[in-house]
Amino acid sequence: MTSDIRRPPPRRSFGALGPNEMKGLFWQVLVVGVAVAIVLFLWSNTVTNLSARRITTGFAFLGREAGMPIADSLLTYNPRDSYLWAFVVGLANTLRVAVIGIVLATILGTLIGISRLSANWLLSRLAAVYVEVLRDIPLLLQLLFWYVLMQALPAARAAWRPVEGVFLSNRGLILPAIPVGAPQLWVLGTAVLGCAIFFFIRRWLVAQQMRDGKPRPAWPFALGLIVVLPAAVSLSLAVSWRIEWPELHGFNFVGGLTLAPEYFALLIALVTYTSAFIAEIVRSGIQSVPRGQWDAACALGLRRSFMLRQIILPQALRVIVPPMTSQYLNLTKNSSLAVAIGYQDVVSIANTTLNQTGQAIEAISLIMSVFLTISLSISFFMNWYNARIALAER
Amino acid sequence: MTVITDMPDVPRAARRPQIGNPVLRWLRANLFSSIPNGILTLVLLTVLVKGLFSFVQWGVANAVWLTPANDSAACKVVRGLGACWAVIPEKYRFILFGTYPFDEQWRPALSVLLFIVLFYLSTRRALWRRELAFLWIGALALISVLMWGGLFGLSFVSQDRWGGLPVTLILATSGLAFGFPLGILVALGRRSKLPAIRSLSVLYVELIRGVPLVSLLFMASVMFPLFMPAGFNIDKLLRAQIAIILFAGAYLAEVIRGGLQAVPRGQYEAADALGLSYWRKHRLVVLPQAIRHVIPPLVNTFIAFFKDTSLVLIIGIFDLLTTAKTAIIDPAWQQFSVEVYIFVAAIYFVFCFAMSRYSRSLEARSGR
Repeated sequence: MTSDIRRPPPRRSFGALGPNEMKGLFWQVLVVGVAVAIVLFLWSNTVTNLSARRITTGFAFLGREAGMPIADSLLTYNPRDSYLWAFVVGLANTLRVAVIGIVLATILGTLIGISRLSANWLLSRLAAVYVEVLRDIPLLLQLLFWYVLMQALPAARAAWRPVEGVFLSNRGLILPAIPVGAPQLWVLGTAVLGCAIFFFIRRWLVAQQMRDGKPRPAWPFALGLIVVLPAAVSLSLAVSWRIEWPELHGFNFVGGLTLAPEYFALLIALVTYTSAFIAEIVRSGIQSVPRGQWDAACALGLRRSFMLRQIILPQALRVIVPPMTSQYLNLTKNSSLAVAIGYQDVVSIANTTLNQTGQAIEAISLIMSVFLTISLSISFFMNWYNARIALAER
Repeated sequence: MTVITDMPDVPRAARRPQIGNPVLRWLRANLFSSIPNGILTLVLLTVLVKGLFSFVQWGVANAVWLTPANDSAACKVVRGLGACWAVIPEKYRFILFGTYPFDEQWRPALSVLLFIVLFYLSTRRALWRRELAFLWIGALALISVLMWGGLFGLSFVSQDRWGGLPVTLILATSGLAFGFPLGILVALGRRSKLPAIRSLSVLYVELIRGVPLVSLLFMASVMFPLFMPAGFNIDKLLRAQIAIILFAGAYLAEVIRGGLQAVPRGQYEAADALGLSYWRKHRLVVLPQAIRHVIPPLVNTFIAFFKDTSLVLIIGIFDLLTTAKTAIIDPAWQQFSVEVYIFVAAIYFVFCFAMSRYSRSLEARSGR
């Protein structure tokens, strides 16, 4: 056997291709060729069809007067404004429902996820039923259901008043509000600045504790920077925090904050639906922390809140964050169902634009680029956050 | 945060001496283990009983179950106090089968039954063999014959008259049947060493997953006719079906990629050592293992796009949700949409709940 030692294959000269590389190149050329051919075929058809229908391509139409009414928007808008501005207003509406929806769904989902792990049998069963029912019914059906319920509410005159100052009627949900202008924003800005400074101080305090082991309380800094400082600014500028209570005048409400029925139905549907998925993520995240970690923390005599904050949560978060990211993305994408109940988000406005101008390709590519941008930004942010919490690992 | 102080797997009762009535012991361990827990139980119980009571009052005690045909007067009397279930017997044929010719509606009904049998057989572990693919092809062909007709003396029914539950099932099942091979190809492409193929696969998956299904459906209904040569037009239902297949393919590709990553490298190396070609290696060694790994997430993905097919409502295709919404346009029954939505929600729930139960039982079995 020793006699027929195989010779090593002859070394190829640099740049020549072996049979495997040739095969690889062949497949790549084939697949790319087919893809390019399909795109070219569709493109040439589209150009022919567009010229046959006398539709000019391009985004010039964005400058034209939109002429569509937008009932409910954060930004000032009037139908004489351009299509571009209508898009921006729609985008603001999408973000308004997505951001608030994400915050509320996270809170509700976390509460329900924790309830599912409760020692109280009744609570954990109820949470399980909530999750199961909401997960297994299409979101669009739930949305239509909530919207029908909203429309079936009594008229403004006979509005329900669950709490003083809160009205629920077929005009939507009306809440008392604090008008926020420039002086109030200054105070809030100070509080945000205080939070940022506190974040760095706390990091420094922890670093000091790591060096000599002496605990240094952080709460006096928090109190000073986040509560006392903004309060002082508020007092010195004499900012008013008067609450504006809504009142019924004639057939409608004056003052306060109005959540239109479309917005409110969409928000409820998105929050309840997504919270069912978030609850499952939170539950499995907490369950993924090994029992030994709880026992070890108990054995060290740590306080319960400290144990949860410093031992259980950091480990659970590592399991929770990646699937949570996709839930946030789902909620944002699902907000496009607004078009079914007439809440004017970016998809619904693009759809109206498409019907008015016939610029199908432009309108749809606007929708797609908006959502791709949002998706990519959320996943970049969550990946950054994920990398940050993963650093705690050994 | 006090609620998680007792992890459910270590009940406090285990540490206590086991005395007294077992029922009382259970109550004490699970509902009244501490004073705050006891208060919580009582509050929840009150809310639950009140909620159930008013639901029973609305849905059973005050409800109207049957009325003379096309007469909703009895329902209007109890409006607001009781449910009008009478709308269901009045409209169920339309909700389930849409505008399919009334006398021929046994055909879509039989198709639905075939779908259910097909799903059931696919869950049988003993049948997870290559023959299952033939079963699917056979069943889908049989369903096409039933729905379209034109053969064996069945009258032809064009697909713009299809509606209701069969359309929902067709959209979801064909999405799976065609999206699955597509997903396998894309998942392999994404793990390929060839840069051009890899980037095309990544582009496809990220593009589809980054945008809402609604925008893909708009694309199918508005842009697709522009893409095609003049005079060539395909049906709206088929266009939506293509959009759903492309959508499903991207999501299935990610699930299958997870399975491919879970196959140990030794398996690939062993297949290479046997001198198998790329396709034989994947077909005979890698994919069977990869797919077995990801059956539970595959079922979950299927549940997700089973629910997502309801979005075709937005482009006006008559699936189950659209027929339900259309059924209550009838002025006589307009006010009773809540009852119709509950009926349709129950249908969706039965399908999704059965599938999620199945996926969970698979997970539990593989976890052992």
